[in-house]
Amino acid sequence: MAENIVPRVRVPRDAKAGDVVSVRTLISHPMESGLRRGSDGNLIPRQIINRFTCTFNGATVVDVTVHPGVSTNPYFQFEAKVDASGTFAFSWYDDNGSVYTDTAEIAVA
Amino acid sequence: MTQTRRQFVGNGLAVAAAFFGLPHIASAATLEEAIAAFTSGSDAGADGITLIAPEIAENGNTVPIEVSAPGAAAIMLLAARNPSPDVCTFEFGPAAGSQMVSTRIRLAGEQEVIAIARMADGSFKQARQNVRVTIGGCGG
Repeated sequence: MAENIVPRVRVPRDAKAGDVVSVRTLISHPMESGLRRGSDGNLIPRQIINRFTCTFNGATVVDVTVHPGVSTNPYFQFEAKVDASGTFAFSWYDDNGSVYTDTAEIAVA
Repeated sequence: MTQTRRQFVGNGLAVAAAFFGLPHIASAATLEEAIAAFTSGSDAGADGITLIAPEIAENGNTVPIEVSAPGAAAIMLLAARNPSPDVCTFEFGPAAGSQMVSTRIRLAGEQEVIAIARMADGSFKQARQNVRVTIGGCGG
């Protein structure tokens, strides 16, 4: 099950200090719920992203606990307050132990 | 391996019941449990939380949901009649700009989507909306 798992994030390139900016994230992932049956009639084992976190300069923006009820290619949109230039760090935690990460820079005037 | 036709049919029914019957009974209990685990039994108010979900979702595999609860510390999303009612729980940190999130969830069929917010002062807010689903998600 080594598909191409590609995280994608979108944040504004720049903002003013104290602005609230919208952050959009998407990761291509099958989010296999463990309830589906394959063509051989057996259950396909569960493999989902079970946790997603976003931090800005080390401070948590959101920490999401994810269950199989979230769609394939999990999408999250939320808002962050930026006081200074810095880096958003994103982590997706897979059931198989992998952690997928991505970062995004924002310049604050 | 001598199995009468009657036994065979009986086994089949038992298996069918295990797959289709029990989860519905179980899900009611686990929904209550999931809510209780989050709210530790407190009652939830209704104002101060907004849940935006489509009234009719064509495809239950990806239903866009938006929820906002100003002043919340955490928001939990639940789908009442999914095989497991938990969908996801958002915990907001100090860098959060607002308590608004949107995501896409799976719905097994027509059911209520429930959002519960735990506010910073420890109280709870709840919003519910019924969503009709044309094609169910969750492998159905």
